[in-house]
Amino acid sequence: MKILYFAWLREKAGTAEEEVAPPASVRTVGDLIAWLSARSPGHAAAFADLSTVRCAVNQDFAGPETPIAPGDEVAFFPPVTGG
Amino acid sequence: MARVVVQEAPFDTAAELARLTAGRTDVGGIGLFLGVVRDAAGGRPITAMTLEHYPGMTERALSAIAAEAEARWPLLGCTLIHRVGRLVPGEPIVLVATASAHRAAALDSCAFLIDWLKTKAPFWKREEFRDGGAAWVAARAEDDAAAARWLAPRRAAAE
Repeated sequence: MKILYFAWLREKAGTAEEEVAPPASVRTVGDLIAWLSARSPGHAAAFADLSTVRCAVNQDFAGPETPIAPGDEVAFFPPVTGG
Repeated sequence: MARVVVQEAPFDTAAELARLTAGRTDVGGIGLFLGVVRDAAGGRPITAMTLEHYPGMTERALSAIAAEAEARWPLLGCTLIHRVGRLVPGEPIVLVATASAHRAAALDSCAFLIDWLKTKAPFWKREEFRDGGAAWVAARAEDDAAAARWLAPRRAAAE
């Protein structure tokens, strides 16, 4: 599973992209966030305030209940500020 | 089919408008929004901003937003160009242009597109301040409100 981080989530996590293999018990985006948060203090900091974290699964906006599967591309980022 | 472009380079607004109407005479009006980098954020002067985006999803999101506009209004052409990378105040950052037979569709769809782009396309701005330091721009509630006004545009027509 490919994980991408953008903007300040990338800075806090300390990586723009990582390949991970979470256990089968990690079934949703919410599960994944909890699992990733335990990887490093940086990851924990990135996910400390989930009200400012948005997510996409396979390039579609997703929520904490969205299911995930091996091979998915999951991205985490702040609320968008383009335009 | 909309023209969707994400690029670092500046764009040529006149050339983009000419392209929208090239080879056709049924266009009665073009709605245009040109976003420009402002020199201050909340009263604090900025020297530059850097636009980060999510390659792949960005184009996908912009195309989906354009398709929504094409479904809601009788458009004869639609162009969305968003720049990324480091930009300084005064530089154009985003172009939205819509062509239609009549002005209402052109103007309304143009406003819709920039409102939705601001809340549904994966871009992030990081501002560099003249007094030192830099910060990621936080999303604004006003932008969410502006986007929300387009959520039920057909209700009035259906009633």
